[in-house]
Amino acid sequence: MKTLTGLHLRRWLPKGRHALIGVPFLWLLVFFLLPFAIILKISFAEADIAIPPYTSLVEWADQQLTVLLNLGNYILLSEDKLYIAAYLGSVKIALISTFLCLLVGYPMAYAIARSSEPMRPVWLLLIMMPTWTALLIRVYAWMGILSNNGILNNFLLWTGLISEPLQILNTNIAVYIGIVYAYLPFMVLPLYANLAKHDLSLLEAAADLGARRHTTFWKITFPLSKGGIITGCMLVFIPVVGEFVIPELLGGPETLMIGKVLWQEFFNNRDWPVASALAVVMLLILIIPIVLFNRAQAKELEG
Amino acid sequence: MEFLKKYSFSRFMLVLGLLFIYVPMLVLVIYSFNASRLVTVWGGWSTKWYAGLLDNKQLMGAVLRSLEIASYTAIAATALGTLAALVLTRIKRFRGRTLFGGLVTAPLVMPEVITGLSLLLLFVAMAQLIGWPMERGVTTIWIAHTTFSTAYVAVIVAARLREVDRSMEEAAMDLGARPWQVFFLITVPMIVPSLAAGFMMAFALSLDDLVLASFVSGPGSTTLPMEIFSAVRLGVKPEINAVASLILLVVSLATFLVWFFTRNKEEKRRRTSKQIEALERASAAVRLGP
Repeated sequence: MKTLTGLHLRRWLPKGRHALIGVPFLWLLVFFLLPFAIILKISFAEADIAIPPYTSLVEWADQQLTVLLNLGNYILLSEDKLYIAAYLGSVKIALISTFLCLLVGYPMAYAIARSSEPMRPVWLLLIMMPTWTALLIRVYAWMGILSNNGILNNFLLWTGLISEPLQILNTNIAVYIGIVYAYLPFMVLPLYANLAKHDLSLLEAAADLGARRHTTFWKITFPLSKGGIITGCMLVFIPVVGEFVIPELLGGPETLMIGKVLWQEFFNNRDWPVASALAVVMLLILIIPIVLFNRAQAKELEG
Repeated sequence: MEFLKKYSFSRFMLVLGLLFIYVPMLVLVIYSFNASRLVTVWGGWSTKWYAGLLDNKQLMGAVLRSLEIASYTAIAATALGTLAALVLTRIKRFRGRTLFGGLVTAPLVMPEVITGLSLLLLFVAMAQLIGWPMERGVTTIWIAHTTFSTAYVAVIVAARLREVDRSMEEAAMDLGARPWQVFFLITVPMIVPSLAAGFMMAFALSLDDLVLASFVSGPGSTTLPMEIFSAVRLGVKPEINAVASLILLVVSLATFLVWFFTRNKEEKRRRTSKQIEALERASAAVRLGP
């Protein structure tokens, strides 16, 4: 059947084919790939009081073409402890919250995959619904809950468990709560998609042969779900490294994350070249996870 | 009993996880009806924060601008994403296919600060080189939103395109239909639910985005999330609670409706295909006969 389709497609494709491929390809090349080349270029420029606020790399004067590559931004990044700490902090927070998402998300996905057929779409809708509503608002909701005179502290004071309000908002704990809260659906959905495809007869066979429940889980279900785990973890880890909104609203002075630093360099210091260099280094850190994710997705998309 | 024991832990986690997801939103909605200006003190029920919203010209302007951008984004991203999905699922070989696949899926995970900054630098460079875009605003935000929403649409539509029964497309082609006729008369009706889901997703993503819009917007083109963000930075406010609750209400309702209608359609389709199967089996049985 597949080769037959291929033959038919080849017969009619050449005419419309170029337009079909060309339109989305060109859009993505111009508005997604080309900008990365420009960000790389600007990262070698110097900040300037001008519009736009950076120097140009190439100059033509006195019949001389000079290309000026300013490495100062990268030297600054490697020498300033603040930037290094921000990168390490981002990766650490991303790693821990990815793990927490997996810890909470896996049982949830498992429960949905093993629930009765008519209930599955309902559970999935409940998981998916929040991803359609504004992240900003959902993070904002936590501000009212976690603040010193917020609902959680009032509740704990009322129960008598604590005698003084706990400082949760503006600490890393609040950031973890916010990230797990916002990214949980992105962990649950790919895990569910994977777990729902498992052949249950394998589990029955293992049970017939006398394997215990947790043995079958760790020896069969868990290894089989590797693909879903990778996709889910990448969907959480990569964007969280560059996350800005959550650390900005829920984090405090101890929360050093690179997305926040980049934002400050750009909007507060108006230093576009340093912001670009920060983005380039962040991309270098993320390139391996992104390639892994793209490979997994390519497999999924081609089926 | 065995069944209960087996799944009780994961079931428990599922319910707990859903509570974790929904309780904060519920709290937000309840507190938007709080009469007291002090956010943590309950001062009785009131709808005054909602009534005050309509008089807030700046906020209303931002709402309209965001809705406008989200509509353009949803239309463009659905078109581009569907094209990309068709290319990925129907054309197995062409030069640059790996690059194309990477470009389609990378925006799903790319940190927004990187996409936002790089797009802004592109717009600035373009303005220097070709004189466009002279000023940043609705158009540049639309381009930014379309670029990353396209990835979501492409993934949703491609998933559906892979499941679709190709024999109908082949039959139409054999009967001499042109490719675009096959696409619009055969393929599109079969993938409509995923198109609707993609459209909704792009609309929601655009309405939600703060980071990209902040980078590529210009003076005077503040979107709703930017407006909310600048207010929220200073702390929790009752007016923002009201806006946030309204957004939650509208988006949940829209999501539910799209889900409900596409599910009905899906079920009907499944039922008909089951009936066809049953008929085929019956006719085969008759033919074989005793």
